[in-house]
Amino acid sequence: MDLAVILSVLDATIRLSTPLLLACLAGLYSERAGIFDIGLEGKMLAAAFAAGAVAAISGSAWLGLMAGMAVSLATTLLQGAAAITLKGNQLIAGVAINMLAAGMTTFLGQTWFSQGGRTPALSEGGRFSPITLPFANELAGVPILGPIYSELISGHYLLVYIAFIMVAVTTFVLYRTRFGLRLRAVGENPKAVDTAGISVVKQRYQAIIITGLLCGLAGAYFSIAQGSGFGNNMTAGKGYIALAALIFAKWKPVPAMFTCLLFGFLDALQIRLQNFELPVIGVVPVQAIQALPYVLTVVLLAGFIGKAVGPKAGGVPYTKER
Amino acid sequence: MNFSTLTKALSGGLALSAILTGVALADPAVIYDLGGKFDKSFNEAAYNGAEAWKAATGGSFLDLELQNDAQREQALRRFAGQGANPIVMAGFSWTAALTAVAPEFPDTNFVVIDTVVDAPNVQSILFDEHTGSFLVGVLAAMKSETGTVGFVGGMDVPLIHKFYCGYAQGAKAANPDIKLIENYTGTTPAAWNDPVTAGELAKAAVDAGADVVYAAAGGSGLGVLQAMKDAGKFSIGVDSNQNYLQPGSVLTSMLKRVDVAVQNALTEAADDATFKPGLTVLGLANDGVGYAVDDNNKDLLTPEMIAAAEDYKAKIIAGEVTVHDYTTDSACPL
Repeated sequence: MDLAVILSVLDATIRLSTPLLLACLAGLYSERAGIFDIGLEGKMLAAAFAAGAVAAISGSAWLGLMAGMAVSLATTLLQGAAAITLKGNQLIAGVAINMLAAGMTTFLGQTWFSQGGRTPALSEGGRFSPITLPFANELAGVPILGPIYSELISGHYLLVYIAFIMVAVTTFVLYRTRFGLRLRAVGENPKAVDTAGISVVKQRYQAIIITGLLCGLAGAYFSIAQGSGFGNNMTAGKGYIALAALIFAKWKPVPAMFTCLLFGFLDALQIRLQNFELPVIGVVPVQAIQALPYVLTVVLLAGFIGKAVGPKAGGVPYTKER
Repeated sequence: MNFSTLTKALSGGLALSAILTGVALADPAVIYDLGGKFDKSFNEAAYNGAEAWKAATGGSFLDLELQNDAQREQALRRFAGQGANPIVMAGFSWTAALTAVAPEFPDTNFVVIDTVVDAPNVQSILFDEHTGSFLVGVLAAMKSETGTVGFVGGMDVPLIHKFYCGYAQGAKAANPDIKLIENYTGTTPAAWNDPVTAGELAKAAVDAGADVVYAAAGGSGLGVLQAMKDAGKFSIGVDSNQNYLQPGSVLTSMLKRVDVAVQNALTEAADDATFKPGLTVLGLANDGVGYAVDDNNKDLLTPEMIAAAEDYKAKIIAGEVTVHDYTTDSACPL
């Protein structure tokens, strides 16, 4: 493999891991605050649909992005109302969101656009275009570092950069701010937080609002950056993979980034390995190659991470007094 | 009125209305495959054919979009039970469902496109996709400056290999040194509706040097067309004329006249006298397949390219050039 091929795989890795990373960080805020969020998939799907639909009608990617975030936020608050205020089962609330999103997006898409649940293909302004970073073209000629900068780092969608910046922001917020300390505390020992005079409910709502906004970004990435328009079930289980990545990363932001990059890399590799002749084995069937990311997910989760202990109060609705 | 008379009256009413619906409905029915009625490709071609029939005859038709595989038999039984005749199905996945249902309704005429079901009341329509794909393969190889052309298929099934195999033979005929990149979006029916993965495959092909990519992937193909437009390269559409979707970037479209097949089926199969059960094959000779030239792509094709394609077309029809059909022996000799 020469440099161009490696760069092409890594470039695709970044493109494919971005929605995973955004969803994974979204889940991190929620789960660190003690709310298991199995509804990442549904929130992304709802956001992808809203972003695609609004961008198609308005012709503006920004309006689409805002609509995606707003819908994701509304969905999150619905889930939060069930799981926090009404003290319902968090897993069931999440599953309900997933089913609601899968059904509603197709139904509304078909009703509004009659394209089998798809939203119309977007015009130029309705989609985010790749951003060329400063000096990318000038530096392209520099050996090794030039192509790495101009092809790998430059030339991605805005949301890609936001995702990676959010890793640093999340690390800072979680470990260096009062808000982050309280957020982690409500996930570990909400009673103690309550005793200190801080509202557990308020803290948890604040956490899931961030979750909702990040899921909105992840969803919009599918329909108005990576793709052009919404397609049925276009998130294709990425929300669950993000959840697996979160567990694999033991609920920490930087390991989460590397895990998402690993999953993205497997996906990128899968796409390029089709009909690729491996030494000794020969051409591997498409089916085997496409199963690779999932098989590795299971192997990694089952064998390599050791014991993953989640936030202690995770999954338990907080009851002030009985 | 006591309870039992009420029930009797109700059930009588229901039976009557059921009979009435049965009598009233002699309309034909069209059932699309997964991917949706407006997929800009295969199913939409079927829909356009039905609409053309409607415009020509003033008749009306019932139609249904499947949401999942489990609905196939149920949908067939429902339409047949209601008295719809003929029932036209688009898609190769209908084999099992139709084989089961056709004998139950011997008086209903069924027409299925893209697969063969052997029953006295079924007309099976197949297309010579390999010859149409051969012609777009010739155009792709002549257009390519890098000497590499790509292919993104939908679901990894023999029918789609047939497209690839014809395309590859055409590309090799025009340029024996051509390099081919072959990819499939997935192995489940979801692969017909996954533009993101298909687009990613197209980008990978571009990174590997391809400058023309042929998408035979139903709804997923839209992602390929978009990715090739973004990369400033060329794509080839499929089934319907997709040249207008990304004008200036779609080199041509491999036409598969599903619309003509559906329109003819609705006309002929409605009457037992004109109904042709058994196998019908539509190919280059009867314009069942071909390549699209319109205002959107006429600047992309040079006269030499058109001349070469027309030359091969004539030779294939005359039998001077044989294009191997992948589905006959599951192999593609290049």
